Amino acid sequence: MAAEPETARQKELVHLVRQDCGSCHGMALKGGLGPALLPETLRDKPAEGLAATIYYGRPGTPMPPWKAFLSEAEAAWIANKLMTLFPE
Amino acid sequence: MRLLLIALFALFLNACAGPQLRGTGDLGLIIERASGHVTLVNTTARQPYARIGGLGDLSHASAVYSRDGRYAFIFGRDGGLTKIDLLEAKIVKRIIQSGNAIGGSISQDGRIVVAQNYTPGGIKAFDADTLELLSEVPAEFAPGQLSKVVGLADTGGNRFAYALFDGGEIRVTDFSNPRQPTTQRFPAGSQPYDGLVTPDGRYFLAGLFGEDGVAMLDLWQPEKGARKILENYGRGQEKLPVFKMPHLRGWSVAQGKAYLPAIGRHEVLVVDVATWKEVGRIPVRGQPVFVMARPDGRQIWVNFAFPDNAKVDVIDTLAGKVVHAFEPGKGILHMEFAPRGENVWLSARDDNKVLIYNTENFAKLGEIPAESPSGIFFTSRAVRIGF
Repeated sequence: MAAEPETARQKELVHLVRQDCGSCHGMALKGGLGPALLPETLRDKPAEGLAATIYYGRPGTPMPPWKAFLSEAEAAWIANKLMTLFPE
Repeated sequence: MRLLLIALFALFLNACAGPQLRGTGDLGLIIERASGHVTLVNTTARQPYARIGGLGDLSHASAVYSRDGRYAFIFGRDGGLTKIDLLEAKIVKRIIQSGNAIGGSISQDGRIVVAQNYTPGGIKAFDADTLELLSEVPAEFAPGQLSKVVGLADTGGNRFAYALFDGGEIRVTDFSNPRQPTTQRFPAGSQPYDGLVTPDGRYFLAGLFGEDGVAMLDLWQPEKGARKILENYGRGQEKLPVFKMPHLRGWSVAQGKAYLPAIGRHEVLVVDVATWKEVGRIPVRGQPVFVMARPDGRQIWVNFAFPDNAKVDVIDTLAGKVVHAFEPGKGILHMEFAPRGENVWLSARDDNKVLIYNTENFAKLGEIPAESPSGIFFTSRAVRIGF
């Protein structure tokens, strides 16, 4: 498990996920043009795969890479939070 | 004594007069996406006059209006469909019509409200008075497979055009018999992401995400099928990653040309509506999300996807280039023009306010507090085809 980002950075990442990932996945992360990102929908997926999808995107789908805006460790932190309970 | 009686009588009359009569032509609403509220606004006073809560998940919410501009129908992400009375500033009726919705439209005669849904993929028609379900049309594109629906827009004759993101089709559903709709299907291309009906109601355009191009259907001659315009506008260059899908609507048409967002490029594409040929492209400062013409068509205002969503570029259609570029606030999500375009309202999501600008000299006229504002919808939409 990667080191936790600083508290202020965590707030920024949560805002990014809710607001900007939310354009496609919904602000409540229940899905939209992109799939739902709730613990129950992600349960069977490996955390490393989710982190890689966030960081590198998924070619052939509209999911873009976010690597210009966050580090691999931060992508892993987001993936972990999505799989448990994502902060408001 | 006589004077006193007259004075008393006047008081009595005032007390009976009830609420002051008013029209709805200068009213509107602001979606506050994070808290399930809408703020009702007056575009003459440029002030809010009421706030209504309890509308559920309003991320990506949109609104359409009854013909008289009195009622707004608000489509929430969570499948909520809420009818609001703008004069009494209250919810008239609220239903949950699907699991995951993306917007809707209202029929030419104002009697049918149609919602477009991601889950379950398809459209549903409701009585505009009662919100009673009239019929539903699943977006089945292969046996057992439902597509997410995008781009729903009303056209003449209580017909609605829309596109299937997963199915790659344009569809036209005729609700002239609202309980027994009929649907025509047209192959369109890869991953339509949104659609628009031109202001005259004749053409439906579906922007494609999965390929460079736009699918176009002549609704006056649907038997000719959908054809591609702007094919290969990327000319084989690699696309930039797209951090937000652009939005299309009939506001893109101005002065005989359609101004359309290029997917994965920092450009606005210009198409001649008579020939449907590309006649230009205008460089802008980010990936366009909304490309909206001022009602007179002289200006096109453009906002952008993350990470450029603090910027707004204004194109002068006579000069064919950006004439004003500024950064009005953080997270500019949406724009709406006053009915005749003298002002524009911009929602600045991360500043928690709506900003009002003069479109002639770009001076800021004021601002309205709103919690995480997204869509702004004025009642002038009530009289437009394709809204």
